[in-house]
Amino acid sequence: MVFLLLRRLVQTALILLGVAVITFLLLYALPADPARMIAGRSATAQTVANIRRELGLDQPLLAQFWNYLQGLFQGDLGRSYAQKTDVGALIAARLPATLILMAAGIAVEVVLGVFLGVLAAVRRGGFVDRFVMMASFVGVSAPQFVAALLLLYVFAVTLAWFPMSGFGTPAHVVLPALTLGVLGAGWYARMVRSAMIDVLNQDYVRTARAKGLSSARIVFRHALPNALLPIIAMIGIDIGQFMSGVVVVEAVYGWPGIGQLAWQAIQQVDIPIIMGVTLVSALAIVLGNLIADILAPLVDPRIRAR
Amino acid sequence: MFKRWLRNSTVATALLLAPLPAFAQDAPKQGGEIVITYKDDIATLDPAIGYDWVNWSMIKSLFSRLMDYTPGTTELVPSLAESYEVAPDGLTYSFKLRKGAKFTNGREIVAADVKYSIERAVDPKTQGPGAGFFGAIKGFDDLTGGKTTALEGIEAPDASTVVFHLSRPDATFLHVLAVNFASVVPKEAVEAAAGDFGKKPVGSGTFILRDWTVGQSLTFERNPDYFIKDMPRIDKFTVEVGQEPLVALLRLQKGEVDIAGDGIPPAKFLEIKNSPEGAEIIVDGQQLHTGYLTLNTKVKPFDDVKVRQAVNMAINKERITRILNGRATSANQPLPPLMPGYDKGFTGYAFDVEKAKALLAEAGHPDGFETILYSTNTDPQPRIAQAIQQDLAAVGIKAEVRALAQANVIAAGGTEGEAPMIWSGGMAWIADFPDPSNFYGPILGCSGAVQGGWNWSWYCNEDLDARAVAADSMSDPAKAAERQAAWGKIFTDIMADAPWVPVTNERRVVAKSPRMGGAGEIYVDPTRVINYDAIYVKQ
Repeated sequence: MVFLLLRRLVQTALILLGVAVITFLLLYALPADPARMIAGRSATAQTVANIRRELGLDQPLLAQFWNYLQGLFQGDLGRSYAQKTDVGALIAARLPATLILMAAGIAVEVVLGVFLGVLAAVRRGGFVDRFVMMASFVGVSAPQFVAALLLLYVFAVTLAWFPMSGFGTPAHVVLPALTLGVLGAGWYARMVRSAMIDVLNQDYVRTARAKGLSSARIVFRHALPNALLPIIAMIGIDIGQFMSGVVVVEAVYGWPGIGQLAWQAIQQVDIPIIMGVTLVSALAIVLGNLIADILAPLVDPRIRAR
Repeated sequence: MFKRWLRNSTVATALLLAPLPAFAQDAPKQGGEIVITYKDDIATLDPAIGYDWVNWSMIKSLFSRLMDYTPGTTELVPSLAESYEVAPDGLTYSFKLRKGAKFTNGREIVAADVKYSIERAVDPKTQGPGAGFFGAIKGFDDLTGGKTTALEGIEAPDASTVVFHLSRPDATFLHVLAVNFASVVPKEAVEAAAGDFGKKPVGSGTFILRDWTVGQSLTFERNPDYFIKDMPRIDKFTVEVGQEPLVALLRLQKGEVDIAGDGIPPAKFLEIKNSPEGAEIIVDGQQLHTGYLTLNTKVKPFDDVKVRQAVNMAINKERITRILNGRATSANQPLPPLMPGYDKGFTGYAFDVEKAKALLAEAGHPDGFETILYSTNTDPQPRIAQAIQQDLAAVGIKAEVRALAQANVIAAGGTEGEAPMIWSGGMAWIADFPDPSNFYGPILGCSGAVQGGWNWSWYCNEDLDARAVAADSMSDPAKAAERQAAWGKIFTDIMADAPWVPVTNERRVVAKSPRMGGAGEIYVDPTRVINYDAIYVKQ
C-alpha cells in the first residue's frame, strides 16, 4: 500500500507537470492577446504595451513558463489578469460549492443507479428491465441544459418546492444534484446491471440458491458486493469530472462553482485562472483514481491477493 | 484672464434632481431594497481597472468624480467639483472641490486625492486600461514611460483646488474627468487593501460596498453622507451573479428579482412582450452604440472604394433589426443618434441590390468574389452574420462565416491583412463618454490602424485625422456647436470612403419588476447603463 501511494505520488507530480506544460503552451499559442482584452477599445498602443510588460507577457515564452513553475512550486497560482486577485484564493472560494455539488451529485447517481441496475438485473428481460434500460438511455443522452431547465420549471417554478437559483441552504443543492444525478445514474444503472447479470450467473450464486437462501439475501449479500467494483472506478472518474466544474448545471442554477469561474476566464483570456482550474481538475482526476485504487482492494479481496 | 463658468452646487443639485424626460406620473420615492441579477461575475470594482458594462455602472455609484452626468442624459455637470474655470487657450482647467465631501471611511476629500487618483490610473504599475484618456495632461509620457511616478500637469495648490495643465487642447477633457478612471480614491484605503482594492473598494459615491461573497452576491448600501441630498433613492441593492438570464427572468416574474440586468433572452422576448405585465417589465433605451460591418481597406477587393460602396448598398438592415426583435434601428452613419454631432439629414447608402450589382460590375467583379466574414459566436450574432452572408450572396459575393470567441475576433481584426470583413455585434461597444471624438480615433482614425489596433477597416485618411485634431482643439465651450458640426461632417465624409457598413443602433433591454419606478432612461442610462443612484421603488 505504501509502495502504491509513493508510486502514485510520483505519477501525480509528472501528470501535473505534463498538464501544466501542455495547457500553458496551448493557451499562449492562441491568437488572442490578454493585454489587448484588458486594455479595451480606447486604449493606446502604449497602454497595451505597458500592460503587457507589467504582466510579463513581453518575456520569452520559456521564461514566462519558468516563472509560472517557480510560483507553482511555492503553491502560488499567480494573479488573475482581469480580477487582479490571487488565483488560489479565487479557486478556494469556489471549492466548497464545487465539493458539495460533487458529493451530492455522486450520491444521487450511485443510489439511483445501483438500485435501478439491481432491479433491472434481477428482472432481466422483463418490463422493469426494459423500462430501466430505456430510461437510462434517455438519461445518458439528454442534454444537461434541457434536463436542468425541465427540473427547474417543474419543481421550482410550478411546484415551488425548491429555490430556483443560488447557494447556501440544503434546499438549494437538491435540483442541481438531481440534474447531475439523474442523468449520470444511467451509466451506473447500465454498469451495475451487466455486472450483476455476470455475477448472478456464477456457480456460487447457483449454489446459494440450491442451499435455499432467500432471493434478497442472494442479491444483496452475495451478488451485489461482487458487482460493485466497476462502480468504484466510476466514482473515481466522476470526482475528477465534477471537480473540473459542471458549467451548464452551474449556469442554470446559479451555482457558484469552479465551472463558472473557468467559463468566464476563458471568455476573458484570463490565462492564470484557466491554468489554475485546469491544474486543480487534473489533480482531482488523479486523486479520484487514487481513491478508487485504494477502495477497490477493500471491497474486493481478490485484488488484494493479486 | 480666465473665462469663468461658475456652477455652484445648488445649480448642480437642481440639475441632478430635475425631472427626467418621459417621467412616469409617480414621484421618486426614498427607500427600499432590491435584487439585481447578472450572468457574469463582477471582475473588479477598482475604478482604475474595471472596464466592462456590468461593473462600469457599479463603479459609477461607488465613487465620485469631478464631473458627472445628469441621470438619464448626456448632459455634463460638476459633481465633486463645485465650480470650474477653463483658460481661453484651453490648456488650463481649475476646479474648486465641493466643501465637506467625504470618503466613506470618514475622511474629507482634498485636492491631493484627485491628483493621486488620476496618477494611479495612469501609472503603468496599476495595469489599468484607461491611462490613454489622460494623454493630454502634461507629463503623461514621462509617467507612462516610467520616468516619473507623478503627473507634473496636476497641481493641488490648496486642499480644495485642483489645476490641470494640458500639453495640447482637448475639448473632451471635461468628459474625461467624468469617466470611471477619473474616480477619486483614498490613498490609505488603496494601500491598506494591498493590491486587492478591486475587492475592497472605498469611495465617496452614492453607495458603499457592504459585503461581497465571491461568485455569489454583492451588497451595496446607501451612503448616508453622500454630498447630494436625496441621492440615491434606494437604501440597498443586492447583486446576484452567475444567474442565467432565462432563470433570472422566471425569478423576476415570481417577484424574487427586481432587475434582470442581462435583459430578456431573444427566445422569450415576444412571450414577455405580449404578456399582460410586459409593458411594465421591458425597459429598452437607446445607448451610444453602433453595430457595424468593417470592410478591410488593406484586403483585396475591399481596397476598391466601389466595392465597399456596393456592399453598403447590399445589406438589408431592416431584416437585421427584425433578428434583434425590433430592438434596433437601421444606421446610416458611424455616430449613433444619441451622440452629439449625429446628422439627422444624412441618408447614406440606401438598400439597393441592383445598384450594388452594377457598382460591383463597374469595379471589375460582375460575378462577385469570395471572401471571409468574422463574427462572435454568441446568439444572435452568428444569425446576423448569416443574414449578411445571404445579402452578400444576392449580389454575387460568396462570404464564408467564421464565428469565433470574442478574443479571437479581436485578434484577427488587429492583424494586418487577416480579416476582410468583421461584424462588430456582441463586442458590447458603448461609447466611453458622449462625445463624437470617442467614436473616431481608435476605430476609424490612423492611430487605430496598427497591429493590435481596433480600426479593423485599417482605414487611414490623413486629411480627416487633421480635421479631427482641429475639432478636438476647440475646447472653448462657446464653440461647442461649431465643434459638434465639424465632427458630424467628419463622420458623414467618412461614408464617402465607406470603410464601414453602419448597420444598426441597438437599444439595450433591461427587465424590471413592476414595483420599480422611474423612466427607461435611468435603467438604460446612456453613460452608465443602470443608474443605481436614480432608480427607485414605488411604494
